[in-house]
Order: sequence, then C-alpha cells, then structure tokens
Amino acid sequence: MHNKTLAQISKDLQAGEYSSIEVTQHFLDRIKNLDGQYNSFITVTDEQALTQAKAADELRAAGNANEWTGVPMAHKDIFCTEGVRTSCGSKMLDKFIAPYNATVVENFNQAGAVSLGKTNMDEFAMGSSSESSFYGPVKNPWNAEHVPGGSSGGSAAAVAARLAPGITATDTGGSIRQPASFCGVTGIKPTYGRVSRFGMVSYASSLDQGGPIARTAEDAAMMLNVMAGFDKKDSTSIERDVPDYRTNLNNSMQGMTIGLPKEYFSADLDPTMAQTIQDAIKEFEKMGATLKEISLPNTNLCVPAYYVIAPSECSANLSRMDGVRFGHRCEDPKNIEDLYKRSRSEGFGDEVQRRIMLGSYALSAGFYDAYYKKAQQVRRLIKNDFVAAFNDVDVIMSPVAPSPAFKFGEKSKDPVSMYLEDTYTLATNLAGLPGMSVPAGMINDLPVGLQLIGNYFDESRLLNCAHQFQNATDWHTKTPTGLK
Amino acid sequence: MEWEVVIGLEIHAQLATKSKIFSGSSTQYGADANTQANIYDLGLPGVLPVFNEEALRMAVKFGLAIDAEIGMKSVFDRKNYFYPDSPKGYQITQLHEPIVGMGHIDIDLGEGKTRRINVTRAHLEEDAGKSVHDGFDGQTGIDLNRCGTPLIEIVSEPELRTSKEASAYFRKIQSIVMYLGICDGNLSQGSMRCDCNVSLRPKGQEELGTRTEIKNVNSFKNVERAIEVEIIRQMDILEDGGSITQETRLFDADKNETRSMRSKEVANDYRYFPDPDLLPVIIDEEYVEAIRATLPELPEQKKARFEAEHGLSAYNAGVLSASREMADYFEMAAEVAGDYKITANWVMGDLSAALNKNEISITDIPVSAKQLGAILKNIKGNDISNDGAKEVFNAIWQGKGSDVDQLIDQLGLKQVSDTSAIEAVVAQVLADNPKLVEGYLNTPEDKRAKAIGPFIGATRKAAKGVNPQVVMEVLKQKLNELG
Repeated sequence: MHNKTLAQISKDLQAGEYSSIEVTQHFLDRIKNLDGQYNSFITVTDEQALTQAKAADELRAAGNANEWTGVPMAHKDIFCTEGVRTSCGSKMLDKFIAPYNATVVENFNQAGAVSLGKTNMDEFAMGSSSESSFYGPVKNPWNAEHVPGGSSGGSAAAVAARLAPGITATDTGGSIRQPASFCGVTGIKPTYGRVSRFGMVSYASSLDQGGPIARTAEDAAMMLNVMAGFDKKDSTSIERDVPDYRTNLNNSMQGMTIGLPKEYFSADLDPTMAQTIQDAIKEFEKMGATLKEISLPNTNLCVPAYYVIAPSECSANLSRMDGVRFGHRCEDPKNIEDLYKRSRSEGFGDEVQRRIMLGSYALSAGFYDAYYKKAQQVRRLIKNDFVAAFNDVDVIMSPVAPSPAFKFGEKSKDPVSMYLEDTYTLATNLAGLPGMSVPAGMINDLPVGLQLIGNYFDESRLLNCAHQFQNATDWHTKTPTGLK
Repeated sequence: MEWEVVIGLEIHAQLATKSKIFSGSSTQYGADANTQANIYDLGLPGVLPVFNEEALRMAVKFGLAIDAEIGMKSVFDRKNYFYPDSPKGYQITQLHEPIVGMGHIDIDLGEGKTRRINVTRAHLEEDAGKSVHDGFDGQTGIDLNRCGTPLIEIVSEPELRTSKEASAYFRKIQSIVMYLGICDGNLSQGSMRCDCNVSLRPKGQEELGTRTEIKNVNSFKNVERAIEVEIIRQMDILEDGGSITQETRLFDADKNETRSMRSKEVANDYRYFPDPDLLPVIIDEEYVEAIRATLPELPEQKKARFEAEHGLSAYNAGVLSASREMADYFEMAAEVAGDYKITANWVMGDLSAALNKNEISITDIPVSAKQLGAILKNIKGNDISNDGAKEVFNAIWQGKGSDVDQLIDQLGLKQVSDTSAIEAVVAQVLADNPKLVEGYLNTPEDKRAKAIGPFIGATRKAAKGVNPQVVMEVLKQKLNELG
C-alpha cells in the first residue's frame, strides 16, 4: 500500500479498495517500525491522524468525499499546527504549541487530508543536510551514512522511505529541491507569493516559499492544487487564479525550448554529474524539445548575495524568540539582558547563531550599504538575467546540486562548503521563480535530481515537463535498498 | 555669551482606527491587560503583518492638512531592538520613504500673531506595549494591549526658538489631528506624546549645538517646563565651558528637572532594513484626491472665515477656531441667535468661564448650542437683559429646564419693550414723585444723567421686566419735556 502514489491512494479510497483508517494505520505502523532508522519525523500524531481518518471515512460513507478525503500526508515541522508542537527543529521551540494553523495546514485540513505528523528539518530551515536539527540528524534512506539534504530532509527522506506519500516542505535557497534530489523524490518550489507563508515560521521572508515533496510530478501537482492561492493573511501572497496543475501534465514536449545556462555546466561541474544531467536532458530532446545554450552572467553572485540577504532577514525574524512569551527560557535570569542572552544562546544551535550574527553585521550602521543594499542590487541583476533568458526559452534545466548526497560531517565543519551546496538552487529564490527537482539518474547508488526552472507562475509547465520525463523514465520509481 | 535656543519636536499621535495597524485587535483604551493582543501582537512564530488601510488614509489626511508632499510610494522598515514590550524584537516603522514628507503649519503666538513652522515628515509606525513594574513582586508585567496601535510620528524642523513656541506648535498639531478626526488628542491617556529635542548655539552661529532629547512629555505645560529647565541646564554647562552629551533625558515634573535616561553612552544601532513581510505602499493621485475631498475645514481656514464672514477680531477668531467642537458650537449657536458678535462674546466670556469653573470641555456642556442660540436671540431682540440671559443659561446648566422661552416666562425675565406701555408707567411714576421731579429739574444739565437713576429704579419697581434701555429713553424724553 505504501508504494502507491498519492493519486493512486486517492483513487483507491474513492473506489472503496480500503478505508482511510486502514491506509492511515498502515503508514503510522511504518513510521513506528522504520523511522528509528531515518529520524525523519519529529512528532507523529497517531491519535489525531486516526480521528481525521475516521471522520473522512464517515464523510465518504455519507457520500460527501472528494479526492483528498482521508488521504494521508504530513507537514514539515516549520508549519504551525494548532494544538500540535511546531519545533522548527530547534530547542528554542521544543515546547511551542501554536494556537493556530498555518494556511497551508488549514488548506489540507479543509480538503480532508489526514496529517500523520511533523517532519524533521535543519534548525529553522538553515542548512543543506538536516544535520542541525535539535532532534538529531535525518538519515538518507538510500544510504544511512549519507545526509538526506536539507533543510526539508525529513520530508524528502520520509517520502523516499515510503512513510508518507506526500509531505509539505519549504524552500528558501534550495530546501525542497536539494533534499528531493538527494533522496530521489520529486519536489517543487513555486513562484514566490504563490503559497501563503502565514503560519510558516519565517527564516528569510523574501525568499521563503512552501511547496510539496512527493514521489511523482502528478502527486506534486495534486498537492500544489491544495497549497497554492492568495491569502489575505500574507501580504506577500499574490492574488491570482490557481489553475488545476494537472490539466497540462500530458502536454507534448514538441516545440518546447529548453535553456541550458552555460554557467551551470562549467568546467567546475563534476563530469559524472554533468553526464547524468546531459543524459536526462536528452530524453526531452527525444520527446521533441529543442535545446539552447543560454547565459545567466550573474550566477557567481548568487551565493554571496543570498548569504547576505537571508541572514539579514533571519536576524530580525528570529528576534521574537526571546524567551519572554514562548520558547526556551534560561534558568534564573539575573535581569532582562541575561534572559535574552542565555535563552538565545541555549535555545539556538551554532548555524542559527552564525546566521543571526552574519545578518546583524550586514545590517549594522556603516555596513548596510556595502552589504544588504548591494546584495539587493545584485538580486535585481540576477532577476534580470532570468527575465532576459525567458524571452528565448520556455524552461531552464540544470543540476540541482554539485554532487549526490554527501556523508555526515563532510561539510558541516566547513560552513562555506555547505553554502556552496546551494550554488544551483539559490538563483530561483533570489529571482522569485519556480523551480523543481525530478529524479534523473544515479551516481554511486545515490539518486540525483534534474532541476527545472520556469518563468513566473509557470508551475504547470514545470510539472508538465516533469510528468513527461517520468512517463519516459523510471528513476522516480526506484526504491531505496532494503525497502519493498 | 548670548545663546540661541533650537528646539525640534517629535510628536507621536495614535490614530483613531478601530483596529491595530497590522492586526485585527481592537485599539480601545483601558481594557484589561492583554485582552486586546492577538497572535500577531504577541509576535508568535509565522504570524505576518497585514496593513490596515484606514491608518494610511488617516496619515494621508494629515499630510494634506499640513500641505505636505505625500509619499506616493512609502516603505515599511524594521527597527531592531530587544525590549519585552516589543514582542517581535523590532518595530515596524518608516525610515527612508515616509507617507508624509515636508509640510508646514502656522502656530498661534497670542494676540493674533502667528509663525510658520516647517514639518520635516510624518511617518506611520506601530506603538509598543507597556511594561508594568509595580505589583509583580520584583518582576515586570507586560501588557500588549497598546502594542500595534497605529501611530504617526510627526517630526518638526528645528525651527522652534522658545518653550512657548514649542507648546504652541504641540497645541496646533493637536488641534489639526482632532479637526481631522484622526486622533482623539487625549494627552493624559497617551494618545499624543511629545519628544523634545533641545540644543543651544552661540547667537549667529549656523552649526547646531549638541542636542538632548527629552522623551515622552505628556502635557503642554510640561513641554514648556521641561524645555525651560533643559535650556537652563545646558546654558549652565556651556557657560562653565563644558559640553553637552547627546543623550535621551526624562522630565521629572515633581522635581522640575530633566535627568539622563540611559546610562550607556553607546548609541543603539537599530539595523533598519525594509520589512520583507510588507509590500511598499503605492498610491496614486486619484487616491489622494479622494481623501482631499473628505478634508474638513481646518483651523486656519475657519479662522480666516470667521474674520471675513462674521467680522470677528483675529484674536476671537483664533480662540473660537482652535478646537473643532468649540467652533461648531459657536457657529451653531450664532446661527440660531442671528448674531455672531453677541455669540462670540458670550462663548468666550460667560460660557468659557462656566466651562473652566466646572472643569468640563465643550463636548460635555449641558447647554446645547441651539439652547444658547435661543437665549442670545432673546438678547438681540431686547426680550431679555444680559443678566436675564445668564439666569436662563444657569437654569439650563443646572437642569431646571430645557425650553428657553418657557424658562424666560417661568423666571419672569421677559422685558417689556413696548414704548407706549412704558410711557404710561413712566407718566405714573413722574406723577407719583413730584419732589423727585423737582429735584431733577433743579439739577444742572451735566449732572442729570446721575439724577435719572431713582426714576429708573422706581419705574422697574412699578413694572417688572421692562427693558431698562427703553425706560431710560422714555424717561429722558418725558423729563426733558417737563423742563
């Protein structure tokens, strides 16, 4: 049952093949029996899930079910869930229980989905390996010595390990696409403003975007249908109709122009990775698409611009975690300053503290113009590169990450090498464009993703490309060793 | 050395919106602690600000009222600092692109004199909560009810030169925001608060001296006092060859002194940057013009109109237009009375005295403008005397009645102004008092005015409520006829 996609489970439930309680219990059992190996969940909400499943079955019996009624899924632990802990992978929020649902959570509840629990992640979504979680690192189901990527490593690993058919995630600099690539699953980061950020704990507000991780493009489309939409509670969400993202899945690739940025395929790219990605792109050529080399001249500025903007925003976003109203508070504070300093020093991990300090420095009087302002100007240039490119091509393709999943500890000691993990993914966040990762090959028995980047609000086209690719290949059906 | 005083004010005015600037919580004053703080006001994770457009409209209204440049694009910034009554760890404000740019107001300096003061800018921001230090056993309580109440911070150019000018400026700003209905102007509840920047420089020097900022002064009088003592403090230091430390100071009204508020010399670095949770606010001409169309007549315009249309003196027009409520009351009463001058004298005289004596404001006056108008109409028609009018006014104030004509009858205040009726009475009085008449006729011409007194008394005794002016005229005429 766990090898079925979301779409299949939805169909089966509608056909009465099994009940929501049965399928929910099946996944809960798998989490219970297997997640000790992966540590992909922080919180499992058995009771609530079964209550939701029961209600779904009753709804179906009464003839009031829709395609999402009783379908199990889960949320990254960055989305606030009323009455259930939302930790964001941090000691700071270990005891935080929100009295509200994130809009994304509310949307799935309204649709009738069943939430199995909350998945593990890098602390406050800062990281590319899911090693920085207060709840311990997440293991890659393909090889437990390797990281699952991050920050949505829990979501990607759990989908890969068939612990849930689809899980929400967020992407600030690659946090959906890179773990999807490392774990051999499908993930899409929508256009900035497409999915509400209300109730999603902010890391870098101008870059954060929620999206789905699932096994197939069709499942991702099904989830995005629920997630996308204007929300008056998020001033940066965009008022624009949401299409049914499945409508165009079967469009032909004939006549499609694919842009290949030469900066992404430079001599620096590992030859094996280059070959794997080139092979994947050939599939599109076979389906009738044409390839075109393009240039994104400011690509080398993405990493520095991102690591000024994201830490700057996070330095303010995380100020509310001050130990006063909620979250970790130190023992016996001597005065208010002591309370702030110790609560935050104890509550935040190293990487979070590093980024808060980086951002505070970049925003300081006298440095603002040289760092934050300059980075915003660079951001504009990066965006312009893409605007120009999309005059000539329909979709851009590239690797997601420089390599397949690396080993634990390999990069966590060297922040800069970790930051370079995001080289290919950051640009879409800085430009606000949609980006996707699709399983596209294997290197050393580890999966590798192909990145698709689309024009603003062109999620349908990305999903269409991914679906056609998945019709032509079987990378997305590969199962981690040891799983059946 | 001769010193020149340089004063600039930063006035915070709470906007009278129903809900907060970035959340749906009520802004009502005086509720139980933390009953008006929702998940946004508490700064809970993932909760985002949503801008209340009503605050924008009010700020634009203010900008138009002071003839300012309106920011067609304004941007919200985060001002970062840690304090328990600032739950997010930053305040949302506007630094580089405020909603209101350079404007000006004319302040009233008494006796009809005015001076133009430039207003640098006015920007939107959220108010902080309150830290409560009493009653928590050595700990501090936090009340977030006020947190997120919309403010406009109105910054003057450093053009004020005396404490009197500073308080006149503060009064004028209060008058404008109350006229516009965008702030209740209540100083004691903190709806308006004033920070005073004060510095001294040798007369004739261009460069500004080092300033101090006196925070949160909460009355017109205290603005004057705080500035005065600060001027003396700075002057003493400078005269002794010392230098002023740039710092934030607090005014202690009981001790009548200012003292340093922050022990640390280090200036705060607020690390301002544009708030990425909020989009820039873009407005167009159409939007601004629609708001302009809703502007009420402002104090300046009203004052000019009172002078031109109603023939009031500059002083009277200034006093009567200072508050919208007073001006409305005056105009309504005058319209009913049919006489603006009588009404102006009455409102500024007897009515103001009664308000002061009872310590109430015009909005709480028990005598309505229409009632006062009806009373004054009777004066104008010579139907009652000025004293009679006072009696009716007091009777209504004390709740003894509400119908003016009825009260005049009840109190027997109706004057007889009918000349023929008075002539008959006068004739009788003269006939009854031959000795008085003889005495009068023997009085030299220039002293007769005084000698007429007893006849007036006798006539008013014989016939109650006769109009003394008519009696006087009839008496003069009849007595003169006799000799």
